[in-house]
Amino acid sequence: MATPRTAHDVDDHPTSLTRRSFTTCAAAAAAGWILTACGPKRLYDVSRERLRELVGDVEREYSATYGKDVTVSAAGPQPGVLFGYALDISRCTGCRRCVYACVEENNQSRDPQVHWIRVLQMDKEHGVDFAHADQYYEPAQVPEEGKFYVPVSCQQCRDAPCTKVCPTGATWAEKDGIVVIDYDWCIGCRCCMSACPYGARHFNWKAPSVAATDVNPHMHYLGNRPRPKGVVEKCTFCIQRVREGRYPACVEVCPVGARKFGNLLDPDSEIRYIIEHERVMVLKEELNTMPKFFYFYGT
Amino acid sequence: MTTLHAFLAFTRSSGRLVLRGDVLYWSWIGLLLLLIASGLAAYVDQLRVGLSLTAMRDPVSWAFYIGNFTFMVGVAAAAVVLVIPAYVYDWKPIREVVIIGELLAVSAILICLLFVMVDLGRPERFWHLIPGVGLLNFPRSVMAWDVIVLNLYLLINLVVVTHVVFSAFRGRHYSLRLVYPLVLLSIPMAIAIHTVTAFLYSGMASRPYWNASILAPQFLASAFSSGPAILLVVLQLLRRFTDFEIKDEAIGKIAELMAYAIFLNLFFHGAEVFKEYYSNTEHSLYTRYWFEGIGTHTTLVPYAWTAVGLQLLALVLFIVPAARRNSVTLNVGAVATYAGGYIEKGMGLIIPGFTPDTLGEIYEYSPTMHELRVAAGVFAIGFLVFTFLLRVAVPILLGQVRLAGTGTQALE
Ligand code: SF4
Ligand code: SF4
Repeated sequence: MATPRTAHDVDDHPTSLTRRSFTTCAAAAAAGWILTACGPKRLYDVSRERLRELVGDVEREYSATYGKDVTVSAAGPQPGVLFGYALDISRCTGCRRCVYACVEENNQSRDPQVHWIRVLQMDKEHGVDFAHADQYYEPAQVPEEGKFYVPVSCQQCRDAPCTKVCPTGATWAEKDGIVVIDYDWCIGCRCCMSACPYGARHFNWKAPSVAATDVNPHMHYLGNRPRPKGVVEKCTFCIQRVREGRYPACVEVCPVGARKFGNLLDPDSEIRYIIEHERVMVLKEELNTMPKFFYFYGT
Repeated sequence: MTTLHAFLAFTRSSGRLVLRGDVLYWSWIGLLLLLIASGLAAYVDQLRVGLSLTAMRDPVSWAFYIGNFTFMVGVAAAAVVLVIPAYVYDWKPIREVVIIGELLAVSAILICLLFVMVDLGRPERFWHLIPGVGLLNFPRSVMAWDVIVLNLYLLINLVVVTHVVFSAFRGRHYSLRLVYPLVLLSIPMAIAIHTVTAFLYSGMASRPYWNASILAPQFLASAFSSGPAILLVVLQLLRRFTDFEIKDEAIGKIAELMAYAIFLNLFFHGAEVFKEYYSNTEHSLYTRYWFEGIGTHTTLVPYAWTAVGLQLLALVLFIVPAARRNSVTLNVGAVATYAGGYIEKGMGLIIPGFTPDTLGEIYEYSPTMHELRVAAGVFAIGFLVFTFLLRVAVPILLGQVRLAGTGTQALE
């Protein structure tokens, strides 16, 4: 391709095909046509019509596989929306309901187990310190004396190292701030896993499995649709929900209301109120990844 | 006779040369074929089941395969050690062995590319990387740079060796106007392939163990010691089994250059170790994991000290002139250099970078039988190619095999 594509120019996707096909030399176009005709194509390089076709195909395929009506949305970002998340560390009890709600909502593999959210138990004495964090705590009752809990999932970095390193452009940031992966374009090189400072990316070391009865049939093409083996996946802020104006599953399920979510561009939103009035922090701020996931101490 | 005809004859002769050999030759080929078959079988399993057959998991998401890749990039780059004195200073005794270095580079890059291939989760999608049909994330992704420089380096070396050997086959002198600029270009390219590979790691702020500016120089120093170590052994084998004339001076010069490289490598490592231990920040955890383990997690510690021991031994053997001149100690030193560098890159670079992982989890990685089989298979393919290349190049360069009508002992 003549023009290198970055996270920024990926956003104007539906029109870019026409523009690009003019700049592409004839030979490359012909070869590209042959390859796309027989294989998948990176989602946002295809036209809207082709996208609808593709989505229709996968809907039919999943409906047949799981024996239920599966809908696959290809909804794009809403203008004027930039999603942000906030988590009240002083409220989180470490119960891990969010972890399992996320697994169910996003069709994560049950065997082998994949968890997009990991709750780290830390010593109050050490403060936020990953070197002494434990994600496999198993006390009879939470919260434990002297401990606090820091749930970590994708921080939806504004300057995301994972998208920078990806050699194929299979992962990028959408206009509404959600960092997504095209599972049909990812080659499984795992550069993004090395680059992510928050352990937020997960690889399908073998074929993921979700029983048909457990499958959440409400899917998004870039979100919770079942992933093939050999590709990377991650939290998308529940793209299938939030682009319809709903809350992410983890926000809904949290029994203590530690999780907040909203539009950072809306001055009247709860998320903006928190950022402006609470003592917020981001994880590993020294790495300059500029997360859109904020932690705060509400009490 | 047209060039095309000559080239066809060249291909035929090459085929015949490869198929001619004594018992020793065929046992070597047989051994390699066995390893390849076993590696292939393991790889087919991996394609079916997935990378879960390896010991890699989310916390340690790159490991043995990528470690081997990194090491072999160094070996490929090391051809430059010979190219510089040969062409820049026009130092005759080494000049004859440059071509062997280039053949080695070609085989080493092939091994590199195969290691990346076997590490991919979706190898059938590799064409996604091809600009035009796919989408190469250039210039943002360092991996994209690596893909480009590795392939360019492979291409340059292939063109040079094909041209030089083919010219010899036709009884002509190779074209200096073609070879000279390409060889000159291959010097920065050799440095580039290893530097870009080092940048792939050192550019990641998420992994403090790699995020050090000393990584690229360290990579070059270790490459310039382990790469020539293979060549030293290969050259001596060539001297024994063929009429190829390799002067003691050439071997001595390579050994001398290696002594500097081994010393620099150890020095850079020492600088890094000093920084980690003296400043004693949280970031020293990774270095500690490599040298002493963390708590009961000590899988890598024996590897670490073996590598240190081997490299110290090599340093002594190469720095003492008498030991360097004695062929026994020289070979012991070469093997020690190679093995030390291999352990340091194969196990010591990638795995401690991931242990503990970014959220503090300690996952102890140690390669599975499956990974060892696949890796052995990949190496065997590289050795097979290298053997075949030598098999063809050596007699042609010696003038023993020529195009009919151009030389004395024509094979046609
Ligand atoms: S947290 Fe990791 S996966 Fe998420 S955007 Fe940042 S670097 Fe990428
Ligand atoms: S694993 Fe997939 S998403 Fe991650 S860097 Fe490689 S191609 Fe990109």
